Amino acid sequence: MQLVTNSIITPPNPAIMAERPVKIEARNVNVFYGDKHAIKDLSIDIPDRAVSAFIGPSGCGKSTFLRSINRMNDTIPSCRVTGDIVIDNKNIYDRDLDVVQLRARVGMVFQKPNPFPKSIFENVAYGPRIHGLVKDKTDLEETVVTSLKKAGLFEEVKDRMQHPGTGLSGGQQQRLCIARAIAVNPEVILMDEPCSALDPIATARIEELIDELKQNYCIVIVTHSMQQAARVSQLTAFFHLGNLVEFGDTNAMFTAPVEKRTQDYITGRFG
Amino acid sequence: MTDHTVKAFDKEIVGLRTMLAEMGGLAEEQLASAIQALSKRDTALADQVIHGDDRIDELERQIEENAILTIARRQPMAQDLREIMVAIRIASDVERIGDLAKNTAKRTHAISEPLPRRLASGLKRMGSMAQLQLKNILDAYGRHSDAMAMEVWRSDEELDALYNSIFRELLTYMMEDPRSISQCTHLLFGAKNLERIGDHTTNIAENIHYLVNGKTLSEGRPKKDTTSTFNPADE
Repeated sequence: MQLVTNSIITPPNPAIMAERPVKIEARNVNVFYGDKHAIKDLSIDIPDRAVSAFIGPSGCGKSTFLRSINRMNDTIPSCRVTGDIVIDNKNIYDRDLDVVQLRARVGMVFQKPNPFPKSIFENVAYGPRIHGLVKDKTDLEETVVTSLKKAGLFEEVKDRMQHPGTGLSGGQQQRLCIARAIAVNPEVILMDEPCSALDPIATARIEELIDELKQNYCIVIVTHSMQQAARVSQLTAFFHLGNLVEFGDTNAMFTAPVEKRTQDYITGRFG
Repeated sequence: MTDHTVKAFDKEIVGLRTMLAEMGGLAEEQLASAIQALSKRDTALADQVIHGDDRIDELERQIEENAILTIARRQPMAQDLREIMVAIRIASDVERIGDLAKNTAKRTHAISEPLPRRLASGLKRMGSMAQLQLKNILDAYGRHSDAMAMEVWRSDEELDALYNSIFRELLTYMMEDPRSISQCTHLLFGAKNLERIGDHTTNIAENIHYLVNGKTLSEGRPKKDTTSTFNPADE
């Protein structure tokens, strides 16, 4: 599908795009909340195995668009989505698409860590079990341990797997949520301000984790911290008033953005 | 450009620009005095230049300190980041220009005889050309004008060419009368200092280009200084 858009798409660094196929193709996406037009005719190509950051002032539509990538907006009755969002050649808004399966492939991590009120083990084991991804108890245990290891949490919790997940610190809870998302073998991980409730050390650990996870996943992160976007992402998209204003190489975006609105926003001159 | 939401950030950036303007003004004065001291063999003026350099060094330190603090406090991005990085780099070029003016002034003490007329006028021309380059580049920075900066960048060629001819002339004097070697060597260094000042103005021009466009200048500068490979025996 060809990308036709009124946004400024700066050619991303060739090193980023080489050997990274497009994972998510959005074409002419519009999102409405009742009468409110929250996303306006948005088209974007998001590459696999890279971190793409969405930035923009509150209410610009970045979270709305993020949530439409795994149809989280379906739960809001007044919400209407038009246009195509295609992941691996399959339009996720097709009628025959299984939303539960979609959410396993497209995992999500939220602003506030939200572990289930269950044990650490159960938090991670729940997904693989209900999706039928494991054949027996050993297999399940293995999946839980690998996921916790990938999320960089295993060493800290290996002696208290049966303790409640809610008893962990904020940063640990967030990593538990990431482990839970990874456990069902997703391809895309969406993160909605995953560090805004965490202290700088816990934030650094999550950022380190994001950096490792990008080897295997397509990661999209919404963040209010410009520095975080600059640190963790390879591509940055700037949203404003429901429009995608500019999308391109993160390094270029933070040293010499093309659009004046982008420049004003990232330098703290907005509004 | 519109103001930052945080007003103190604007003040910090304006502060850097103001300090750099003061520094540039001082360097201009120092250079003018150094050239005058050398051509008139005015040792009192030379001493004044030598002491005056301290203030330029002090300003460079302050600019660097304030720039680092601003980076730490504000995490500047895009235009702001370029503004601050470029201020640090330009300050270091201006500091070097100050040093070169001082070094030129110092040589006044070593020159006992009045300069031959042709040589004096050549040096004077080089001096005023270096002064003009410096003035123009500081104006270009003050106005954030890429066009003005590129003008300076290109015209440095002339300063190089003039240096070449002075270099040859001095060699001729030295070959004619070996007693003039000591004096001519000092003058040669003086001329070289002026030529180096021109080079620093082109560095500043490149930085202004980056500041305005967000891209570094890729094309190579036309260079006319051929003295590094010149040997009179070849002629």
